[in-house]
Amino acid sequence: MPSTLFDKVWDAHVVRKISDGPDVLFIDRHFIHEVTSPVAFLGLENRGLKVMFPQKTFATADHNTPTINQHLPVQDPLSANQLKALETNSARYGISHWGLGNPKNGIVHVVGPENGITLPGMTIVCGDSHTSTHGAFGAIAFGIGTSEVEMVLSSQCIMQPKPQKMRIRVNGRPGKGITPKDVILYVISKLSAAGATGYFVEYAGEVFENMSMEGRMTVCNMSIEMGARGGMIAPDEITFAYLKGREKAPKGEAWDKALAYWKTLRTDEGATFDKEYDFKASDIEPMITYGTNPGMGMGITEHIPDAGKVGDSQASYDKSLQYMGLHQEDGMLGKKVDYVFIGSCTNGRIEDFRAFASIVKGRKKAENVTVWMVPGSHIVEQQIKEEGILDILTEAGFQLRQPGCSACLAMNDDKVPAGKYAVSTSNRNFEGRQGPGSRTMLASPLVAAAAAVTGVVTDPRELMAD
Amino acid sequence: MPIENVDTDQIIPARFLKATERKGFGDNLFRDWRYNPDNTPKKDFVLNNPIYSGKILVGGKNFGSGSSREHAAWAIYDYGFRCVVSSFFADIFRNNSINVGILPVQVSAGFLDRIFKAIEADPKTELEVNLPAQTITILATGEKESFSINSYKKDNLINGYDDIDYLQAMGKEIRSFAEKSRY
Repeated sequence: MPSTLFDKVWDAHVVRKISDGPDVLFIDRHFIHEVTSPVAFLGLENRGLKVMFPQKTFATADHNTPTINQHLPVQDPLSANQLKALETNSARYGISHWGLGNPKNGIVHVVGPENGITLPGMTIVCGDSHTSTHGAFGAIAFGIGTSEVEMVLSSQCIMQPKPQKMRIRVNGRPGKGITPKDVILYVISKLSAAGATGYFVEYAGEVFENMSMEGRMTVCNMSIEMGARGGMIAPDEITFAYLKGREKAPKGEAWDKALAYWKTLRTDEGATFDKEYDFKASDIEPMITYGTNPGMGMGITEHIPDAGKVGDSQASYDKSLQYMGLHQEDGMLGKKVDYVFIGSCTNGRIEDFRAFASIVKGRKKAENVTVWMVPGSHIVEQQIKEEGILDILTEAGFQLRQPGCSACLAMNDDKVPAGKYAVSTSNRNFEGRQGPGSRTMLASPLVAAAAAVTGVVTDPRELMAD
Repeated sequence: MPIENVDTDQIIPARFLKATERKGFGDNLFRDWRYNPDNTPKKDFVLNNPIYSGKILVGGKNFGSGSSREHAAWAIYDYGFRCVVSSFFADIFRNNSINVGILPVQVSAGFLDRIFKAIEADPKTELEVNLPAQTITILATGEKESFSINSYKKDNLINGYDDIDYLQAMGKEIRSFAEKSRY
């Protein structure tokens, strides 16, 4: 019976099927961070329970952390409390913890993969909706709420009804200046912010087969933005090459054994999905969002479409555009930009910084723009320095900050002021996401870089050699 | 609240996720829609209008989209709501709500519209949600619709059991599964 990649991994992890109920799914790896874990640990304490498998649990501090002067005590008392709670709880239960200052510290969905913790065929959860990132490795990975964090800590299992299956294929070769971020923003603009609700997505086709692991992570990361439970890509030679030698990846005989299993992790010929979409790379332009949900995006040379095209009600559409200070038919090119943010679990990896540097090299930061450059982890930060990217950035007038979620959700001090426009490589453009009243335009690192040097929304292809 | 796509950043803005305890979230429900920057209440926001009351929150389609923050469900529960009615719920939010003790009731777009019209005509409109029967009724007119809910979750809600209790009882089975697992 031909089976999908999703089915193979899901079925291998079902401990018990509850009749007319959810499946009890065993979780291989549980990532925790300081914002969604404290109450879960309190819950454990109140029930007198322990962490069942501390060795399958990994903690990092990322959401609340400052991105400068991390060597100094954290100013905000609530943030400091949460960070302390994570440290204390990790120590108490024997959980590996990479706090501020630890050389492995960084954004949870960056540090998992770069240290070889995330592996094909695993089930992975975290109290964060962008956990879908790990699906890039052919893992079933998804975000959970704090009660579920407590559930996984105490039983290493989660109750989940099995989602329906969707396959999204994109074929062809992306043109110059089109990045994985543009591919996923394009897909979301076609499906809408709720278009994949109830489904787990598999991304397939030439575009994904030729994409780097970091690109696949960017794509899977944003699966939640179209409502999908998660997104995954079948592991292949690109995956294996990425994983070989990473610290927590299997070695020697264990590697050979794992590899043999990983090669079976693909959708069989003839397997069926509940819904399918097919797109062409040639239809994809550099993308930018104009509205207040990630589905409200378009090609950077296009004009804002009407409400009908967006699939929202007129009232909802009007509210969105009013908040953004934009109008139907407006073009985005030439729009003045106040802030640029490169970072986040979506685009905070070395390839994203290489892309940014490729545009700003030999150019200067525009006067009217404040630019926040936040690496996804200390390991990424190191690479930025070793590859000479830091020199390129400094020469152009940019400053590199320290790792953290930063302006993606502005829980720390990196907040975009009310009314200001930000081109951001993050994943959400909801009202007030980057600070109350802030106006977010989501885009790729190339679009962000182009805005950073021109001070306005610019098609990056104009700044690239042919 | 006839607003569509109400996302979790509106239900509970990120700056309120800094808690280490589950207290006081009700005060910050829809904070930036309820209050001006100087903390005075916004007169035209529905929660500030004393004519409305009750434990049922009626929202437009795609309620709860966005983050997995369970704090959104806590804020709704803490404020006093025990039921949210919409024509479409985001998955993570739906799960979080049930886990916290809020019943998500999904009705057809047409029925949702009738509810909004009934409330518009009479702000004191009463809705009755019957969980065992799985129905929601507009009392004034008797119009009703059925809603679906997973029977396992329904039992948990009705009896006050908890998934965590259920899983603890499975401890031996889980450990033996773990021993045979690949990772």
